[in-house]
Amino acid sequence: MTFRERLQAWRYNLVPDHLVGEILTKRWTDNAIPFLALVATLGVFGSIIPGFFKLTSLQESTRQLGEFSLVVIGMTVVMLGGGIDLSVGSIFALSCFSAVYVFFILEQSIWLALAAALATGLIFGAINGYLVGYLRLRAFLTTLVTFIFGRALFDILVSTYAADVQLSQASSDVLDFIGDGTFWGLSISVWLAVILAIVTHIALTRSRPGWHVLAVGGSRRSAHNAGIRVRRTVFMTYVFSGFCSSIGGFLIACRLSGAGPGTGLNLEIMALTAAVVGGVSLGGGRGSVVKGLMGAIIVLTMTNGLIRLGYGTGTNQMVLGILLAVAVTIDIRWLKNRHKVLNEVYVAPVYLKMGETQSAALGSGTPYELDNRLSAADHIGLGELEGPEDVILDRDDHLYCGTRHGEIVRFFAPDYVKSEVFAHIGGFPLGLAFDKQGNLISCVGAMGLYSVSPEREVKRLSAETSRSWTSIVDDARLRDPNDCDIAPDGRIYFTDSTKRYDAHDWALDSIENRATGRLLVYDPKDGSTKTLLDGYRYTNGVCMAHDGKSLFFAESWACRVHRYWLEGPKAGTAECVIRDMPGYPDNINRASDGNYWMAWLGMRTPSFDLSLRHPDMRKRMTRRLPQDEWLFPNINTGGVVKFNEKGGIVETLGDLSGSAHPMVTSMREHKGYLFVGGILNNRIGRYKISGADPNWTSPASYWGARP
Amino acid sequence: MNAIGWPNWRRLNQEGIVFAIAILLFAAAALSLPGFLTADNLVAIVRSVSVLGILALGMAVVIIGRGIDLSAVAIMAMSVAWYLQLLNTGTSDGLAFAYVLAGVLAIGLLNGFLVAYADVPAIFVTLASGSFVFGYVRSQLITQDAVPVPQGHWVELLGGVRFLDIPVEVFVFAGLAFLVFLFLRYTKWGRFIYFAGDNPVAARNIGIPVRPMLVLRYALSAVVALIAGLLTAASLHSINTRVVNSTLLYDIVLVAVIGGIGLSGGRGGVRNVLVGAALIGILLNAMTIIDIPLLYQNLIKAAILLGAIIVDGIINPRDEQTAQQGDI
Repeated sequence: MTFRERLQAWRYNLVPDHLVGEILTKRWTDNAIPFLALVATLGVFGSIIPGFFKLTSLQESTRQLGEFSLVVIGMTVVMLGGGIDLSVGSIFALSCFSAVYVFFILEQSIWLALAAALATGLIFGAINGYLVGYLRLRAFLTTLVTFIFGRALFDILVSTYAADVQLSQASSDVLDFIGDGTFWGLSISVWLAVILAIVTHIALTRSRPGWHVLAVGGSRRSAHNAGIRVRRTVFMTYVFSGFCSSIGGFLIACRLSGAGPGTGLNLEIMALTAAVVGGVSLGGGRGSVVKGLMGAIIVLTMTNGLIRLGYGTGTNQMVLGILLAVAVTIDIRWLKNRHKVLNEVYVAPVYLKMGETQSAALGSGTPYELDNRLSAADHIGLGELEGPEDVILDRDDHLYCGTRHGEIVRFFAPDYVKSEVFAHIGGFPLGLAFDKQGNLISCVGAMGLYSVSPEREVKRLSAETSRSWTSIVDDARLRDPNDCDIAPDGRIYFTDSTKRYDAHDWALDSIENRATGRLLVYDPKDGSTKTLLDGYRYTNGVCMAHDGKSLFFAESWACRVHRYWLEGPKAGTAECVIRDMPGYPDNINRASDGNYWMAWLGMRTPSFDLSLRHPDMRKRMTRRLPQDEWLFPNINTGGVVKFNEKGGIVETLGDLSGSAHPMVTSMREHKGYLFVGGILNNRIGRYKISGADPNWTSPASYWGARP
Repeated sequence: MNAIGWPNWRRLNQEGIVFAIAILLFAAAALSLPGFLTADNLVAIVRSVSVLGILALGMAVVIIGRGIDLSAVAIMAMSVAWYLQLLNTGTSDGLAFAYVLAGVLAIGLLNGFLVAYADVPAIFVTLASGSFVFGYVRSQLITQDAVPVPQGHWVELLGGVRFLDIPVEVFVFAGLAFLVFLFLRYTKWGRFIYFAGDNPVAARNIGIPVRPMLVLRYALSAVVALIAGLLTAASLHSINTRVVNSTLLYDIVLVAVIGGIGLSGGRGGVRNVLVGAALIGILLNAMTIIDIPLLYQNLIKAAILLGAIIVDGIINPRDEQTAQQGDI
């Protein structure tokens, strides 16, 4: 190994590049930027303003924060629904005035004042909602106009009644408590904001109306077509925003015991900036209450901090303008480019030097020598089938296979001309096995382990295993269950080929070549699934040994077969029995003569082997070339290999014509015939094996003669 | 199909309605308000809407291209305030004007860049840039809210120029209106604005440089705002930056929208601005003569704007199936 190659091996096998892509797939990365901004803001202002974190200082600033957060929660909900509400400042001010008017001038109780404030907010919100929701006007301009309208109204009212409020004698302990008191060290406004935030969060994430809001914001058209009442949902978001702002207005009425020309001024741009800085997307559907609150804290800390630092008029607007522009731009660019970035960085190939292999060429004289015997196979279901990855026969000689349409198709014995859909599962049924009771067990690609009873009842056995602590990508989910086999005690051993790609992206997994394949076991007694082995390069076929004490499983991208011991001194460990094959192994099944059949889904090529030693080249390839031009395993030639208990190769069958069975993913011996399936093939082959036991069947081999 | 001579109601569009209302209002005011129908008052009406109209011309060009410029008033007031501040602190006229023009163009280009190339909605870009322009100039470049025009400066002299007893801003408004009319109607790029506003994707597909043109429009709007600001300073002998927080911005949108320039882009022209400006000018003048307080005037204007937007929404309805996602 040259020094350069060793460096590459270190670089690509030790640096965990794949984590970047896995982190980017997480939804919480959306929260990371606002959260960091929050920490930075608090850190900067906390360190340059003396006494920033003092209790009294915090109590005063959090009081304002509570009111502001309420408004931001309302704004967040409207934005999640795909709208915007610029009238929050006016609603806030008018509600404040309503409360002040009822309490100080009409001298009614504080609760009536609260009711007046809420009514003002709800009515104003309903007007907005009617205009934007039902009349479908443009949210921005409409609420801008209602904002001016409300502001003009408020200015008139304040200038008319300001003197009366000053002269009023009304007072109330409740009002003073709401305005100045604290409860467990926190002001009432903070408590209200926290309660409303929690309720809103639960409503958005766990209730039907909340989902409707997110659906309408995410895709208005789809929501409409799905039967969601889009207009009413939009209407309700504005009513809710009005409600939130009115509570804020009531609180400030209590705190200031009055309303002035400055009440709620610039609140709309502050609330909008807060929501956007927090990461609530413009145009709807993305965001959360927590994000809105983070934005609220950032914006309020900045604006208040700048005032306390003594910067003059206009500084706040300048900072808000910059914040808004930067946040909106980042939001738009991030949404637009996130999947591009993800595509760019997700594939993170590793270095692997494949071992020297024996030739499989015709006339080479090795046990791997591919001949042309399979081209003579009869065909079953030619042109009717798409993707019979695995094939299996029952005790009555009927033939079953999965298709890419998510169905299990049954061909009737003896001539296998007539067929029917035995069961519809969905996904892509891959590996098949019959258990003792005659249930058909299937590994369904992208879904999990399923069982189909003879009465065609489909039952999910397992879709997840235990989550490992160190994995960033969710490895509890079964992403690519591939093949299964059943031990004499009824436990189902199966493989999950990769944690990082969905089943249809197997080519990307081969290019990346990262060892994330697993061997798992499902225990029907308690329904649990456990991970037995981890860290193989695309675990594939599984086959129980004839004595039931061990099993063989294939590791496709390393061209190896391993034996995993269930009993005996080596129980629980795996050993490699065949290494450095010239083909990529797939399913393994029993043969009548005590040996095992193994399918080759494709053949190794010197070029792809070489590329495995150049991870940088493969990385560039996936980024810069279209998919059609990628170098990946050759699947135009495959074959069937027979090997013995010790891992010695007995014989190899192939189809050099490339027309009948170029790629073989499975084969099953039954009464002297070999049934051959291929995941990209349009047929099942039936090949007469010379010298095979004409009475041997797989169900009998596993579960004995018919009971 | 209209053989018996019924009026064709379908052809009665918003512009026509507004024009009719403006004439009715004019007639009503002429008959009922003393001192309305005098030469001085008519000049005052035209003069009062000149600056508004100039700003609305810039806004109209942007709106026709399916955008909006909420930073216009901030640019108008703050650029001139900075210019006058520079003059008052002794910077030479040419240098000061060069600074201000560069600053105005920079903001216009930045607006356009963010809208065109970063795909940020125009509303947010210009809202943010307006806030920034006001905040930056107010806190960093000038020292008080109102900045006076230096004695004997050309801006002051400009304010005194009269031709046939009509102040100069009326002629500037008329000249600019004619120029914009020529631009929109007879130049290639003017026609392209309609295409881009009507369907930006299709316009781009047929090879129109949609994005550079967007940038151009915002730069144009910024320069128009500077001209409007200079005229304001000329007639008032100072510029008050508090105008940014007034409802002037909404008056501009009001003039454009009420005249019949659809906010969804691709429709309207200079004539619509003139009609809208006429209505607003008559309205404001009548309200002032009746002596309605400013606060109530704001209320009335907001109500009218709301009505205009509702009518706009009904005439140009949005459809659930074809509405753009995130088009707010």
